Amino acid sequence: MLYREAGDFKTTYKADSQTFPIAFDRWRYWAVLAVAWLVIPFVINDYWANAILVPFLIYAIAAIGLNILTGYCGQVSLGTGGFMAVGAYACYKLMTSFPDVSMLVHILLAGGITAIVGAAFGLPSLRIKGFYLAVATLAAQFFLVWLFNKVSWFYNYSASGQINAPERFVFGHAVTGANTTPAAQYLICLLFVTGCALLARNLTRGTIGRSWMAIRDMDIAAEIIGVDPLKAKLTAFAVSSFFIGISGALFFAVYLGAVEVGEAFGINKSFLVLFMCIIGGLGSLFGSFAGAAFLVLLPVALKVLGVDVLGWPTQIVSHLQLVVVGGLIMFFLIKEPHGLAQMWRHIKEKLRLWPFPY
Amino acid sequence: MKFTTFSAAAIAGLMAANTAAAELVIPDLSYRTGPYAAGGIPFSDGYQDYFALLNARDGGIGGEPVRIVECETGYNTEKGVECYEATKGEGALVYQPLSTGITYQLIPKATADGIPIHTLGYGRTSAAEGEVFNWVFNYPGNYWDAASVAVNYLLDENGGDLSGKTIALVYHNSAYGKEPIRTLEELSAKHGFTLSTLAVDHPGQEQKSQWLQIRRERPDYVVMWGWGVMNQVAVQEAANVGFPMENFIGNWWAGAEHDVTPAGAAADGYKSLNMNRIQDYPVLDEIQTMVVDAGLAAGAGDNLGKVLYVRGMYAAMLAAEAIAKAQEIHGVSDITPAMMRDGMEALEITEARMTELGMGGIGPEFSVNCQNHGGSGEGLVQQWNAADGVFVPLTDFIAPDDSVIDPLITEDAMAFAAENNITPGCL
Repeated sequence: MLYREAGDFKTTYKADSQTFPIAFDRWRYWAVLAVAWLVIPFVINDYWANAILVPFLIYAIAAIGLNILTGYCGQVSLGTGGFMAVGAYACYKLMTSFPDVSMLVHILLAGGITAIVGAAFGLPSLRIKGFYLAVATLAAQFFLVWLFNKVSWFYNYSASGQINAPERFVFGHAVTGANTTPAAQYLICLLFVTGCALLARNLTRGTIGRSWMAIRDMDIAAEIIGVDPLKAKLTAFAVSSFFIGISGALFFAVYLGAVEVGEAFGINKSFLVLFMCIIGGLGSLFGSFAGAAFLVLLPVALKVLGVDVLGWPTQIVSHLQLVVVGGLIMFFLIKEPHGLAQMWRHIKEKLRLWPFPY
Repeated sequence: MKFTTFSAAAIAGLMAANTAAAELVIPDLSYRTGPYAAGGIPFSDGYQDYFALLNARDGGIGGEPVRIVECETGYNTEKGVECYEATKGEGALVYQPLSTGITYQLIPKATADGIPIHTLGYGRTSAAEGEVFNWVFNYPGNYWDAASVAVNYLLDENGGDLSGKTIALVYHNSAYGKEPIRTLEELSAKHGFTLSTLAVDHPGQEQKSQWLQIRRERPDYVVMWGWGVMNQVAVQEAANVGFPMENFIGNWWAGAEHDVTPAGAAADGYKSLNMNRIQDYPVLDEIQTMVVDAGLAAGAGDNLGKVLYVRGMYAAMLAAEAIAKAQEIHGVSDITPAMMRDGMEALEITEARMTELGMGGIGPEFSVNCQNHGGSGEGLVQQWNAADGVFVPLTDFIAPDDSVIDPLITEDAMAFAAENNITPGCL
């Protein structure tokens, strides 16, 4: 009824192979974009920007990045935090070295630098697989954090080792620094989220994406049918790191404004983004968004519910958060191993037949 | 489905939280969970209990009751930002984040929002330069003062000469721990001692290699910039390698009871700096009877009189005095954050006033003005007596070497001003 193909005729190959073949899906997609671009910027305030929407959008980019590597190409990575740090520090060095250049350029360049670093750390993936690759990327995580702590050139020799985002502009509007409006903060993140999601969607539907998935499903078979593992794996590492670098740059410059590498980009961040991918659903873009929303919103929602509504002591609520989030992760992994994205697929199947299931 | 229920609850919560109230709102960004909770809990208890005492005994400050809004940060910067955004709309007068990382986040935000920050002996050291950091206060002392006080104490012990001595700095590998390095380097050049630095990564449970290095190099003194679980591990490791405790000096965040008790008798003689003297204060009895016994205590009431509890109470006293000052300056009792800032900038703490408040001798005498937001910078040295389980003050308040620190502060503050297009000046 709500969601069906009946009566939705395709007359061209282009129409047949579009991203959202079902009309309801297309409308939903445009409606989400319209609300995100045309409604939220006018109603957003500091709290919603800084506590909910900006971190959600930034983590969504990181989750898309990791999903490309882990979900689409099957290469497990625990180096996400380290690659985000590369993006953040690259952005900081660019911001302070070329203050007059637009932030958009800096963020894209930071992503590019991270892509190079990511591809370099992806080289071991040609020889090792699975858990061993996870350990190799774990080494990247620890090495990168150590590097940014040790070499003071990266933090411009400041006494504290912190990096602070000075005020920088996009078309005359401040997007970093203290005087940024919540709408500007939100819009720059939304711009990159939209761009990254479109890019990722189209990459995964094309030749490169298919070669990634071939490698994921069985690398030897893929090689036999003519997929070059070197090219497929390294492009996956590069594209994934490009997205993660962008998210790291936004995380530092737009969201927090000041970071300390060990605290902001430690191993916990790698796990957090990996959990987002797993809970959301590996190999699904919708899953990246759902996973990021789940792990960003749930703690805030539990806090608001526990402390502000029920008036419980803060430490109880904080401990409860760990229990509830952990419990829900286990629940999802048992009940729905393919994540929230699979749940969404089930709902869509049901909607297709509703109200007359057979 | 879950999301909609949760977000509905979130919206309801926000609406409930935003109702205006005619009271003095003090947010307490505490951390009662995580690897730094051992320090966060007593500080937060002391901070809240003092305001509870003022409410119970005097009906608040200048007739206005104080309302504490507690928000758990877990020493995590992202949660700190969330707490700041969630509490600032309630008319927060002053933030006391008790985390150098969160302080760095909040300095630009709070400056733009016009809410003062008080970082009692932590945070950004150069915030002492009040003309650049109009909204940030770090009285009564900062990290560089602490480093200098420690060196001055060692100078005093060695007859004024440290040449040829070796001092090792064991530090938390973060903004907090890195702060004293520049000052110690300057001081080592001035006094001729050798400085070696040993970084300990967050959270600080792994220190075997650092202490093996200390055992090999045998420095004359070890100075420590630690916090949370790192302190307990360091004291235990020092005992394990047989480093003489009387040559081991922690800064004022590495000298509380819970840092030394796990090592038992082996920790006896451990020294640390302190900015608030530990002794019996009449105000602690009042808190016991009027707050803890009345069931109004923030925590379990078992931290009363401990080092960090007393420091939290001291921080609350400084905030309360600043509120009173602001009320006096502006002639209204329901003050705004901007008025609070004026009160903090005109704050004057005298021995007579501290005695009047039932905490004579708790901290150094100091006054704040537009140029100097850093107070006197004095600290004392205390020593752990494991048998009695108390820190005993060894010295009176020791003054830091301002001739070294002031130029460093000016240099760092001016660099910050240039980076952020700030024209130094008074508000």
